[in-house]
This record gives sequence, C-alpha cells and structure tokens, in this order.
Amino acid sequence: MQHVWIVLGVLFVFLNIAAGLIWVERRLLALWQDRLGPNRAGPLGLFIVLADTLKLFFKEDWIPPFADKWVFILAPTVVVASVLMGLAIIPFAPGIVVADLNVGLMFFLAMSSLGVYSIVLGGWASNNKYSLLGALRGASQMIAYEVFMGLSLMGVVMLSRSFNLTEIVAAQEKIWYVFLQPVGFIIFFIAGLAETHRLPFDIPEAESELIAGFHAEYSGMKFGMFFIGEYLGISLISAMTVTLFFGGWLGPAFLPPVVWFFLKTFLFIGLFILLRASLPRPRYDQLMAYGWKLLLPLVLANLLITGAVALWLKS
Amino acid sequence: MQYADHISSDLIERFGPDVFRHQVTADGVLTLWTGKENIVPVVQYLKSNHYPLLYDLCGIDERDRAGKETFTLADFTVVYHLFSFRHNNFIRLKVALSGDYPSLPSITSIFQNANWYEREVYDMFGIRFEGHPHLQRLLMPLTWEGHPLRKEHPARATEMGPFHLYDEKQDLEQEMLRFKPEEWGLQSQGEDTDFMFLNIGPQHPGTHGVLRIILQLEGEEIVDAVPEIGFHHRGAEKMGERQSWHTYIPYTDRVDYLGGVMNNLAYLLAVEEMAGIKVPERVKVIRVMLCELFRINSHLVWFGTFAQDLGQLSPVFYMFTEREKIFDIIEAVCGDRMHPNWFRIGGVAQDLPKGWDRLVREFVTHFPKHLKEYNDMVLRNSLIKARTRGIGVYTLEEAIEWGVTGPGLRACGFEWDFRKKRPYSGYEMFDFDIPIAQNGDCYDRSLVRVEEMRQSLRIIEQCLNNMPEGNYKADHPLTTPPIKKHTMQDIETLINHFLNVSWGPVIPPGEAMSCIEATKGANSYYLVSDGNTSSYRTRIRTPSFAHMQMVPYISKGYTVADLLSILGSVDYVLADIDR
Repeated sequence: MQHVWIVLGVLFVFLNIAAGLIWVERRLLALWQDRLGPNRAGPLGLFIVLADTLKLFFKEDWIPPFADKWVFILAPTVVVASVLMGLAIIPFAPGIVVADLNVGLMFFLAMSSLGVYSIVLGGWASNNKYSLLGALRGASQMIAYEVFMGLSLMGVVMLSRSFNLTEIVAAQEKIWYVFLQPVGFIIFFIAGLAETHRLPFDIPEAESELIAGFHAEYSGMKFGMFFIGEYLGISLISAMTVTLFFGGWLGPAFLPPVVWFFLKTFLFIGLFILLRASLPRPRYDQLMAYGWKLLLPLVLANLLITGAVALWLKS
Repeated sequence: MQYADHISSDLIERFGPDVFRHQVTADGVLTLWTGKENIVPVVQYLKSNHYPLLYDLCGIDERDRAGKETFTLADFTVVYHLFSFRHNNFIRLKVALSGDYPSLPSITSIFQNANWYEREVYDMFGIRFEGHPHLQRLLMPLTWEGHPLRKEHPARATEMGPFHLYDEKQDLEQEMLRFKPEEWGLQSQGEDTDFMFLNIGPQHPGTHGVLRIILQLEGEEIVDAVPEIGFHHRGAEKMGERQSWHTYIPYTDRVDYLGGVMNNLAYLLAVEEMAGIKVPERVKVIRVMLCELFRINSHLVWFGTFAQDLGQLSPVFYMFTEREKIFDIIEAVCGDRMHPNWFRIGGVAQDLPKGWDRLVREFVTHFPKHLKEYNDMVLRNSLIKARTRGIGVYTLEEAIEWGVTGPGLRACGFEWDFRKKRPYSGYEMFDFDIPIAQNGDCYDRSLVRVEEMRQSLRIIEQCLNNMPEGNYKADHPLTTPPIKKHTMQDIETLINHFLNVSWGPVIPPGEAMSCIEATKGANSYYLVSDGNTSSYRTRIRTPSFAHMQMVPYISKGYTVADLLSILGSVDYVLADIDR
C-alpha cells in the first residue's frame, strides 16, 4: 500500500511542479528582463497556471488533414511517458523511491533516450517543412548529446561502484561528487540542457528560425503534452543532477531530507531558466562540432583519469 | 560643381553635342536628357568613369504636367541617378519616352541593382525594359489591373467602384498563389538532389514584418533565395501627388517608421530647396537633435531584435526600456512618439518646450553606461560572435554594385557618411566621427551601428550645449503654417496667409532631390513640382529597398539559421522597402 502512495505522491508532486513552472519561469524571466510578468490572476499571479491549463484544455485540438494521424497523436505521449518513467528511479529521501533498481542509472539513460522519438515522430508526422527541419535537428542533437550524457556519468559510477541511485547518494555522505567529478557534472548539465532542448540548445524549436520547429502543428492538449514534457524534463535533469552530484537528500539535519532534495532541485530549475534569459542560440552545426570535438574528448579524458585514479587508490 | 561641368563636357566630347540636353534644376544636380538609344552606352561610360553607384531609378508620367517645358514633350520620363563617391557628385540622366506604353533598353547588364528598380518602374508605369531578365510586377499583386503611378490610375479606393470578390476572381487569385518554382526562376531538382522549398513568411517571426522569402534548400543549406515584397505597399508616392505639400508630411513619417522625423527632414530638404527657403540656425539644430534621437531609437530596436533573432531573449526588453526613455523626450518635444510629424516647411511645428534640456541631459548622462552594458551582453558574447562573424559577407565593390549605403557600407571599411560628406541641415557644425569596420560581415555591421549610437549621442550633447536662440520658423512667404505676425495689419499678408493655410503653399515649378543619411542608409526624396499645391511626382529612394535586393546574393551557401543573422544585420523596415 505504501508503494502506491509513493507512486501517486511522485506523480502528484512532479505534475504540479511542471504546471507550477509555468508561473515560475514567467515570473523569473520577467524579473531578469525588468518586466512584471503575470501578476493579475490570483495572489502574485499564481492562477496563471490554472488559466493556462484551462486554455490548453479548451483549445481546439486540431489534427491537420495532411498529418499522419496516429503517429501524430502518439508523439506527444512519448515525451511525457518517458520522462515520468525516468522519475521513477530517483530517491527523494531514504526509502522514498518508486523503483529502487540496481540498474537505476541505465534505466534513466534508456528513458531519456526514448524522448527523442517524440521529436522525430512529431516532426515527421506533422508533414510540415518547419517541423521536419526541427525534427532533423532534434534527432541529431539528442543522439549526439545522449552519448556525452552517458559517458559523463560513468565517473560517478566508478567512484560509487553502483548503478543504484540510492547507493550513489549514500556514497556522497563524505563529499559530494561535484567536487570529485566537476568535469562530469558540467558535461552532464550541458547534455541535460540539450536533452531537454532548452535555450541555448532549443535548436529543434528555434522560434526565430523554425517558428516552433517539431511541434509547430500541435495545438490544444497535444501541444500541452510537449509543454509539460519539457517542464518535466527540466525537473528530471535537475533532480538527477542533485542526486548524482549534489548529494541528493543529504544535508544538515535541521531540515528533513525531502526538503533538502527539493531545495537543491529548484536551484537547478532556476539555473535552467536563468540560462534561457541570458544566452543566445548557437547554430546547429556549431552545436554538433562543440559536442563531438570538445565535449567528447573531454568526457573521455575525464573517464580515463577517474579510472586511473580509482585503480591507483585501490592498489 | 566643377566636376559636374567637367563630366558634362566629357560626355559631350565623347557622345557628340546633339546627344544631350542640359536642364537646370533647383538642387544643382547635373541633369542631362538623352535618347533611349543612348542610355546604355552612356550609363556604361559613366559607370567606368567614377560613377559606380546606381543610386536610384524611377519613372515620371509627364502627360498631365502643367506648363510643360520644351524638353518635356515626352509622355513618360525614366530618371537615372548615378553617384560618384570619388567626386562626391550626383548625375541625373533622363530619358524621354513617347507613347502610351513605351519601352527602352534595360541597364541590368551594367548594374545588378537595376533589376528591382526597373521592375518597379514597369509595375508602376507600364514602361517596358527590353532585355530585363525577369520583368514582372514587384510591389503590386500579379493580378492587379493598371499601373498605379500613371496619372489615369485612381489614387483613392472611392474612385474605383465597389470591390466584389466573385467566385471566378477568387479562383484566379487562389491559383496565382500556387507556388511554381519555375516562375520564380528556381529549379526543383539539382544534379542528384531534389531541392526543398521553404517559405519564410509572409507571417514569420524572423522577417520583422510582412515579407516573404522563398528559400531553395539542400538540407539546411540555402541554394537560392527569392524575396517577395510589396505586402506593405501603401502607395506613399501616389499619395504625394494627392496631398498638398504640407499635408504630405505625416505620410513621410511612416515610410521608415523607426526613423520618425528623419523622414520629414528628407522630404522637407527637397521642398525647401525648390522653394528657396533658408531655415534659421535654431531650426537646424532642433532638427538635428531630434533626428539623432531617432537614430539611436532605430538602432536600439535593431539591437534588441537582432539579439532576439539569434536566440537571446532578454536584450530586446532592455533596449525597449531605453527606447521608452527617448520616447519620453520626443513626446515632451513633439507630443507624439513614433510618428511625431514635427517638422514643417521652413521650420518645426513649435518651439522646444520649457525644460527640454533637463530631459535630454538626463538621457545623455545615463545612456552611455547602459549602452556599454548592452554591448557587453550582446556583441561581446562568444555565441553571438560565432553566429555572426564571417556570415553574410560582402566586399566594398559588391556593396556599391548593389547600392548599399549606411552602416552596411561602412562595415566594408569605407568611410562614407552623407552627414559628413554632403552636410545638410547644419551637420557641418557638429563634431563627430564616422565609425567603420573592415570585414563586411554581420558582426561588423553590428559594431558600426553600436558605435553610431555613441556618435549620435555626441551630436545630441553638442545640440544640448549649443542650442542657438532664434525663431523656430523661417521668415519666408512659403513657410507653412505661415508666420502670423503681420496678418492683422495689412490685407496682402492676410490673403497670403489665408491661401497658404487653406490651399497650402504653392511651390514654384522645378525639381530637387534631397539626400540624407537616414537610420538605415541614404534616403532621398526626388520631387517634381509643376507649380501647384501638391507635388507632381514624389519619388522616395529608400535604403532598405536596395539592401533587401541584395539579401539573396549574400545568403547563398549559408544555412537557414544564418539567414536570420543576415536579415537581422541588414536592418530593414518593410515600409521602407515597399513604401
């Protein structure tokens, strides 16, 4: 029974975070851009979340006649489903985890790889040139950055000797892995940005070039799924960053572990939004060159050095 | 002037004395009439003899003209303006044509940028250019009947009868919208690839207005691009023939709608030239100050939107906040913000309000610090550098060939600013530099614009510290609205005042062309008066038109993302292209 409660709790909390991020992102952007942001509906404009969600529900849910209907419908569900699955392996506090898998990290990587399908399928099924270009960009970007994401985490695995996230957090009791694996952390975060295709890596959407890219043809709640999927993705990457590099729930005892976890997570969500407010977008080929020519050698070197040091310490 | 005499005798010596007829104009530009059989060799000769820039090309319908002079027996005239940078000299060639739908040889083989100009003349007058590669309507819809700038074409919709969209007409219009690559001069297949055609616009966030660019793509690489313009065409030139000299001023505001009063200035300089009005010093300095405020304003809009095109979301908000502060000053002085309609024939609408200097001083003190911050945020950002360096490159020769002026020309390392080289409205009194850059790419065009804002600020500061005393209107019978001082004393002055206010001023017959350094490049009004209360022909030469024509040339081989950098760095305004 307790298990069901945890599942429902995680779902409830994260779906609410994703919805709440509508407000958080707009208010934070407004703050950094010398604007007011939504401040009319409800206290501090909080009801914008409600208004926005209702709007999405009541908008005409249109499937273009030239689209590939079933794939078109399937695509937005993939992103939400895969991200929600990814959330299942995150330990929020000792004992609060949906699935304490011994291959947790691999499961996370597998799920985040699935996300690319929603972009490719959505872009392809829309039968629209802008969507197609967005899907093409999205596919190559996400596949490339998937590689660095996986490799950047192997350092953590070597140090903790486990794929289980609860054990990885527990192994950070003495020192957070961000201090031992700074390169791994930076590359993981960059890859995470690319995975969630947020600015500066929002190349598949690139509103000033491709208008909305792969989801240009989507409306109503199907668009809403991409929207929520993106916010869930941000939350997932932030939560993973905290779990893998910032000691997860660990923190001084005056606050309960869950609170520590979410405090840290929100810090990273804020960072995501700050990056959006400050950085321009590189070109698609520049992003690729940056990935393959700079990040890949770096991450391999990091892996090599970590491995060597680990072996040396062991002997 | 001396060089004009020289080139005139040079031309006569080369082509014979009977080929040219000389016309005296109010603006003193060497004006030569010639036959259509001579135009190609003459233009060719001038191009190879220090006149490398085809500045403007326009038509005139002469059939309605009152009091035709001896050499204007023609039905139509095609006017060519060439410019020599070396001798800082304009030359105006006119070709007289007779017949209802005359034709003459095209000069597209000599000047690349003649292409759009000739298409526009064809579109507006029905004059055909033999040998033009693609003589099709440019601004009007393909289904349009008639040629708008011909005198028989109505100027108002009320003269045209009610509009009906019959089924057949709708079908026809729909059919005309069908995209056939061949009609645009594009091939759908390469050697071993099929090309993809992508419509950028007319509704697209990156085009900054209603502009359609058809891209021929191979993957994401641009093989060719064809801009379609005319969506913003409002017949500004036709309206010039309908409005009185005075009531046309508000229309000019809306041509380069980010330039505000700077458009008034370009128009009024030509009118005042014909009327022989010399404006007081105070007027000159007020005009310069407002123009420079608008230049900063326009560049701020460019700065913000340019960053946004490259994916940087925040700068545009900071820039618009800054722009709001300038608007506060403009509003205090003019009573309106974007389209103040503030300059008048022979002066400005009113004197500066009390306390204007405090507002301007406040701005001049604070802005440089903010500008530095914005510059650090945008142009020193390495991602922006990566997106703009080496993108959309053109050389100085190419720039001149395509008629590029303004910051785009100065980014090629050519120190040319009409404010310095052909000072107008008292710019010779001010101390400022011409910013230049060397590479002619998107990044350098941006650098030039940012530095221009600093120079404009210097000019404004000088205006602030040295504002001369005096009248805000010239003491001249054609000053509009006229000075009222004597009207209640003698009947002559009263009658003059009454006519001038009710009909508007009558500008003496003649023609003149102004040339100012507007926000985006060289802007000119070429006005022809036949001694009436409105202009006989109003020709607006805008910088954006020439720049847009060049976009396909400089975007080939780059990617879709680069096109946005290029469009952003060219800094055009659709109303400035279509008029």
